[in-house]
Amino acid sequence: MATLELGIEDVAVRAISRTRRLGPLFWAAMAWMSLVFAAAALAGLLPFGPTDMDMLERRAPPSALHWLGNDGLGRDELARLIHGARVSLTVGLCAPVIGITIGGALGMLAGYFRGRFETLVVGSMDVLLAFPPLILALAVTAYLGQSILNLTCILGVLGIPAFMRVARAATLTLARREFVIAAQALGATHARILLRELLPNVILPLFAFFLLGVAVTIVVEGALSFLGLGVPPPVSSWGSMIGEGRESLEMAPRLAFIPAVTMFLTVLSFNLVGDTLRALTDPRQGAL
Amino acid sequence: MTGHVLLSVEGVAVDLPTPRGNLRAVDRVDLKVGAGQTLGIVGESGCGKTMLSRAILQLLPKKAKLSGRVMFDGQDLLTLDGERLRKLRGRSLAVVFQDPMTSLNPVLTIGTQLIETLREHLELDGLLAKKRSVELLAAVGIPAPEQRLMQYPHQLSGGMRQRVAIAIALSCEPKLLIADEPTTALDVTIQAQILDLLAREQRRRHMAMILITHDLGVVAGRTDEVAVMYAGRVVERAPTPALFKNMRMPYTEAMLAAIPKIDAAPHTPLPAISGRPPDPTRPIQGCSFSPRCRYATGRCHQDKPLLIQAEKLDHQYACFHPIKAAAGVSA
Repeated sequence: MATLELGIEDVAVRAISRTRRLGPLFWAAMAWMSLVFAAAALAGLLPFGPTDMDMLERRAPPSALHWLGNDGLGRDELARLIHGARVSLTVGLCAPVIGITIGGALGMLAGYFRGRFETLVVGSMDVLLAFPPLILALAVTAYLGQSILNLTCILGVLGIPAFMRVARAATLTLARREFVIAAQALGATHARILLRELLPNVILPLFAFFLLGVAVTIVVEGALSFLGLGVPPPVSSWGSMIGEGRESLEMAPRLAFIPAVTMFLTVLSFNLVGDTLRALTDPRQGAL
Repeated sequence: MTGHVLLSVEGVAVDLPTPRGNLRAVDRVDLKVGAGQTLGIVGESGCGKTMLSRAILQLLPKKAKLSGRVMFDGQDLLTLDGERLRKLRGRSLAVVFQDPMTSLNPVLTIGTQLIETLREHLELDGLLAKKRSVELLAAVGIPAPEQRLMQYPHQLSGGMRQRVAIAIALSCEPKLLIADEPTTALDVTIQAQILDLLAREQRRRHMAMILITHDLGVVAGRTDEVAVMYAGRVVERAPTPALFKNMRMPYTEAMLAAIPKIDAAPHTPLPAISGRPPDPTRPIQGCSFSPRCRYATGRCHQDKPLLIQAEKLDHQYACFHPIKAAAGVSA
């Protein structure tokens, strides 16, 4: 009888190596993100400051000296764009970090322990969700003043309920699975089950939501700055630049469009990279 | 029974509150397992096998009410505080679950899961734990164990996953292993391999084992004693050879008859047990098997038979009309 010679070692090795084509879109998004991050990090090397005015060059078109021209007050548009990237990225990354830390922890604890604690957490999150976000932002900036730190904190706190809900939903389905009971049967403590068994599972949807949160926060920061609730005026952010560009929309539309396009591309890149990374790092890959 | 009694379950009852009323999942069960012995618990779905095993492990759902006594190695598990119970569970008690697809953490590698368990309980350092893991995987018959350490559960087949689950359960040298339908989710060809593996490791480590199954064929020849459960109660209990040779309870007989015979002619109708188990939220007055039993008389519908000793000392059954000795089948 003919037998099939199947080397088990070969099978084991083949399963580990995983090749997946990332596609040009992913690399384009990565390139754009690197460019924005590098520019923001090296903003200090620019020949012009974001607040240096040249009244003779107001709304001047792009030139060899000012690559993207000057804004309504004669400030270098490129310098403002790059310094604005610093603000937008700081707020855009730090606020969701607050949300994912506090919201994720609360959601996992609520989903794992259930009971009265869960009721309390879900109830207080509903209160936070019901509170109008713009009014909260207005109230906080009115009392504590406009600053990047305050803006980050407000946007971070506003993001907590959403992260809590994602973490709780994921934990609820996982906490009843047999591997959690198996861990308990092996004598694992609650802390161990939460950190070693549940967290690696919950972090996947949470991280995907985090990248979405970064994109949304950049947009919200832009909207708040556009309304004058964001960073205080001489500091530039993409949102405030669009707001300022609105005044000269007929004469120099690029003053509003350049920061808008920059924001659009950055947000798109975050979403694209987030989706690809999630698909790539998820070891379940449709199994289960 | 030889050796000292490792686990003794005394009058254990589990009540689950449901919207339809109180559900008595386990009804005053008494069992004993000696060190190094194997006890088979057999019964159909929903008869309380899993709830009994969870009661032994103290891993019942929060709402469940447990009464009775579970003595393990001289300690009453019901009165043990959380920390001591936790330590005991890791070192002395271990479980293998039915479905290896869900009993392993899907996002951690096999190695992480094994090594962490070893480091946690045996306080081994990283390198030693890794070496132990490789040995364990090799012991449960996994080829290329070192490469397997880096793989995720979904990259293994069902049988391989169950072997890994067994390796994790064996990692801390438990005194008692509870195998809760370890082969139900596996192919028939893999079933025998896994059962043989469990039996071999049990003998080698001199560990006691509770083998829970709905298949009488699984416990035959692999256990020292068998307890047949029906509707939350143990209805017959005997050493395995005695049970197969001389079964007394009509339910045991009916269950054995329901196993397909390999030498039966094609298209032979399978003798099934007619009817369904009683609704556990509405306990019936008489013997819980009486509505489905072909020997049932008026008395069976009135009174509940107790688990009594037969003419042999270690053979117990709960029936008013036990089957005559000649009706048995040899194991």
